[in-house]
Parts: sequence; structure tokens; C-alpha cells
Amino acid sequence: MAEYSAFQVFKNGLTGNTGWKQAWRKPEPKQQYDVVIIGGGGHGLATAYYLAVNHGITNVAICEKGWLGSGNIGRNTTIVRSNYLLNGNTPFYEHSMKLWENLSHELNYNVMFSQRGIINLCHTPAQLDDTARRGNSMRLMGVDARMLTPRDLARRVPGLDLSASARFPVLGGLVQPRAGTARHDAVAWGYARAADRRGVDILENCEVTGFLRDGDKVTGVATSRGEIRARKIAVCVAGSTSHMMKLAGIEKLPIESHVLQAFVSEALKPFLDTVVTFGGGHLYISQSDKGGLVFGGDIDGYNSYAQHGNLPVVEEVMSETVALFPAAAKVRLLRSWGGIMDMSMDGTPIITTGPLTGMYLNCGWCYGGFKATPASGWCFAHTIARDEPHELSAAFTLDRFHRGYVIDEKGQGATPWKH
Amino acid sequence: MIIKCPHCGPRDLAEFSYHGDATLTRPDPASTDRDAWNAYVYDRTNPAGDHREYWQHSGGCRRHVVVSRNTLTHAITDVRFAGERK
Ligand SMILES: Cc1cc2nc3c(=O)[nH]c(=O)nc-3n(C[C@H](O)[C@H](O)[C@H](O)COP(=O)(O)OP(=O)(O)OC[C@H]3O[C@@H](n4cnc5c(N)ncnc54)[C@H](O)[C@@H]3O)c2cc1C
Ligand SMILES: [Zn+2]
Repeated sequence: MAEYSAFQVFKNGLTGNTGWKQAWRKPEPKQQYDVVIIGGGGHGLATAYYLAVNHGITNVAICEKGWLGSGNIGRNTTIVRSNYLLNGNTPFYEHSMKLWENLSHELNYNVMFSQRGIINLCHTPAQLDDTARRGNSMRLMGVDARMLTPRDLARRVPGLDLSASARFPVLGGLVQPRAGTARHDAVAWGYARAADRRGVDILENCEVTGFLRDGDKVTGVATSRGEIRARKIAVCVAGSTSHMMKLAGIEKLPIESHVLQAFVSEALKPFLDTVVTFGGGHLYISQSDKGGLVFGGDIDGYNSYAQHGNLPVVEEVMSETVALFPAAAKVRLLRSWGGIMDMSMDGTPIITTGPLTGMYLNCGWCYGGFKATPASGWCFAHTIARDEPHELSAAFTLDRFHRGYVIDEKGQGATPWKH
Repeated sequence: MIIKCPHCGPRDLAEFSYHGDATLTRPDPASTDRDAWNAYVYDRTNPAGDHREYWQHSGGCRRHVVVSRNTLTHAITDVRFAGERK
């Protein structure tokens, strides 16, 4: 298949766009693979890609129950950042950031990664101190961060209500200039095409309905397209993790599934060229290249597997948006939707061997799994290929909860609906 | 979503705050059984379907209630005061 390039776009433009080929095959499942990955979201696809590229393992299938990109990879608000406080998280997310910076070239697919920066606003002196502490921690670990004054903010984000009469007056902010957004679908399609070209079979409409077992060992999966055997089975199903693991006889995990909503407005002229988060509540907002404001807030806050949410969160997110950008009051909402999030008990992901022999588990991504996509695939592929954790994800083990090594950025405790 | 508080009657979701899985049993406070505490604090069945969960009618009578709700459809089949046996 031809490389994508400006020349190809030009040539196909002149020849009626008839020269483009299908980006990935639609193969029939084989009976046996070296690795079967369950879940064709961002993490499953990235895992397959790095298994092939970093470890030379290409006899791999991805079983996806719907179409590619039907899960959270196609539902998120596309924010990419590495502005964490704690040691277990920062090196992992910063590695992800570095992979993002070269991803379009690496995949030969334009993922539209735009390093427009993310600004966290602060509204109380305590919040300012706390945020400065996080900024210092980032800089100590080699991540870019800078504090902003209200004057900086007035220049950087016109339209922001910086008046003293604002509901929660803005006292300053923290910017990570290298953060930004990417085109979420393109990330799925880019990894899919790149993995497919290296021999990975992407099996869409292939729902895993059970596990094949030999005693304690997992030896394959039963699917809606027949039984598939594999030496190694990697589970990457985000919000469906608890449900999937019950099929393997694991009844309990440190995870709850919750619905998160996202919103897009009608298209506007350029209005906001960075990502802004509100510290008086919970809101993150950016403007897409099509012109729509893309924004969201808290999860609905009760266990849910319904991919739609309820009205209290809609009202809260809208009022926060208007509190921050009064001009947005006149903007009409175009669409909203929900996705099911795998909320872990400490707000930090799980990448691990086991819990059964022959099985590998990747889950617990909470609000933040999109930005993690490259590093998650990188580290999970290593875990699968070498049967040991990657040093960047070594802190993300499943047993950390019972051993007392939780990584709780928010200091919130085991209340996943508040992370 | 509307929750029918046994004291106040049907009220909007916005009046309630969530307190999570109601099927867990808190170990005896004097217990030093680490596994029992770990299981209580961290491990969840997280079902796709029927779920028994604590809510507090914090914007109303402030009673704690146990709600039986389907996590796929949000359909509520039972609400009773916490502490009342099912
Ligand atoms: C509204 C919303 C906004 C978000 N915003 C951000 C953000 O701004 N920044 C950020 O970093 N993160 C964000 N996230 C989080 C991020 O999208 C997720 O953490 C991440 O996409 C999860 O990993 P994934 O892509 O592999 O998941 P998914 O795309 O959900 O992949 C899991 C796949 O498993 C499949 N599956 C499930 N069961 C089975 C089965 N039985 N058999 C076969 N396949 C199965 C599903 O169909 C699905 O395709 C957001 C999430 C949501 C919902
Ligand atoms: Zn009441």
C-alpha cells in the first residue's frame, strides 16, 4: 500500500480520488495466534502496533465487538497532557507525550496532534499554591510548566471572564505549553492501518463471549466468529473490564464503571486556541478545527453502563462554561454523548500480567486514557512480550491496592465517582 | 433519573448524593484482618445490570436510602431506608 503523502493527496485530487485503497484488511479469523487482544480501542490497537514494531510479534489478532473506534477512543474530548504530580504517573505520561510528538510520522497518518497548550485556572490562594507545587514537581521531572498571572491570561485567552465580579474570580493558572489535542478517530485509524500493514488481523464485529481454559491457564477465547486459540490473551476493554473478567471467573476488581458525557457546540469562528480547565468546578474546554467548542466536566457520579448520562451534569457543565466564557451563553449546543469509563479506586491505571496464567490486563484509565494511548500500548506490549512490567508502568500493578501502594493524585481515597 | 424517597416521594436525581455499592459489609471496626479490610475498601463486583447502592437524600430529608437500580437502563425497582432489611 502506498505511503500517504502530500504528493498522494495532490495526485488523487487530480484523478477523482479513485486511487485510495482500504486502510486495513477485513480478514477471516484464524484458529490460532500468538497473541489475541480483546478490544479494538486506542489501547488495543496501539498494543498490537508496538508488539509488531518493538518486539517482532506479528501473529496477532484484535477482537473488537463493534466497529473500530466505537468505544471511548471515538468518544473523548481529545486532551493530551502530562501535567501530573506523582512520580508513578509523570514519567509514564511524559513518555506518552514524546511518542505523541512524533506519532503522525511514525504511523504515516496525520493524527492532527496540536500542541496548543493546556491552562489550569486557579481561583483561591490555596489552589494557586497547590498548582504551583504540581508545576514544580513537573519541572523536577523534566516536564514543561509555567505559572501565569491574570495579566498573562488576559493576553493568552481573550474571552475569559477575569473580572473581580466573576462567580469564582481567576487568580492565576498553570500552563503546560506542550500539551494539546489530537484527532481521536485518526489515532484509532492510524494505529489500525499501521498494525494491519505489519500483519495484525483486526477482527471487527467479533465479540468475545468467553474464555477457553486449561485448568488455571487461559488458552483462547470464544467469540461471535468462532473459537480462537492463543498463547497469550490481552484484555483491553476499558469500561467493560469488570464484565469481561467475570467471563474468566474473576468476580471482583478495584474498578467501577461510570458514564462521562461530552459536548460539542455549533461551529464558531476561531475563539479559543488553547485548552482551558476551570478550577472552580470541573470543566475542560477547547475548540476543534471544525470550529465547535468541545467540552466536558465530571462523570455523572453513579455506576453506569448506559452510554448516555442525565441532566444535572449537563446543567452544571453549561453553567460552568458560561461562568468562564460569558460570550458562550449565546452559543447553541450541537451534540452530546456518553462513554463508559473504567474508574479505578485510586484514579490511576492498571497494566499488569495476569491475573490468570496466559492473561494480561490493561484497564482503569478513568478520564485520562486518550493521552495515554501511545505509552499504554508501548508498555503493555512490553508486558505481554517479556512477561514482566515495563519500568514506566511498573507502579501500575493490580496488587498495589492490597499492598498499600496506591497512586492517588487527588488524595481522594477509594471513591471512584469522585476522582 | 427520578428516585422515589420513602420519606419524601419522587424527587429529582439532583437532590441526591451517591455513596456507592450497598452490598459490601464493613468489617468489625476492631478487626485487624487485612484481607477483609482490603476487600471492603477496594474490590467491587461492578455489575452491568442490577446494582444495590447507597444514596443520601442530601437535598431533602437527608435520610440514607438503598436503591436497586439497573446500571444499563437506570430503571429503579426498589428504594428503602438504609438499615431496613431487603
Ligand atoms: C466523554 C469522554 C471524554 C474523555 N476525554 C478524554 C480526554 O480529553 N483526554 C484523555 O486522555 N482521555 C479522555 N477520555 C478517556 C479515554 O477516552 C479512555 O480512557 C480511553 O479511550 C480508553 O481506552 P481505549 O481507547 O482502549 O477504550 P475503548 O475505545 O473504549 O476500547 C475498548 C473496546 O473494547 C471493546 N469491547 C468491549 N467488550 C468487548 C467484548 N466482549 N469483545 C470484544 N471487544 C469488546 C469495545 O467495543 C471498545 O471498542 C474520555 C472518555 C470519555 C468517555
Ligand atoms: Zn427524602
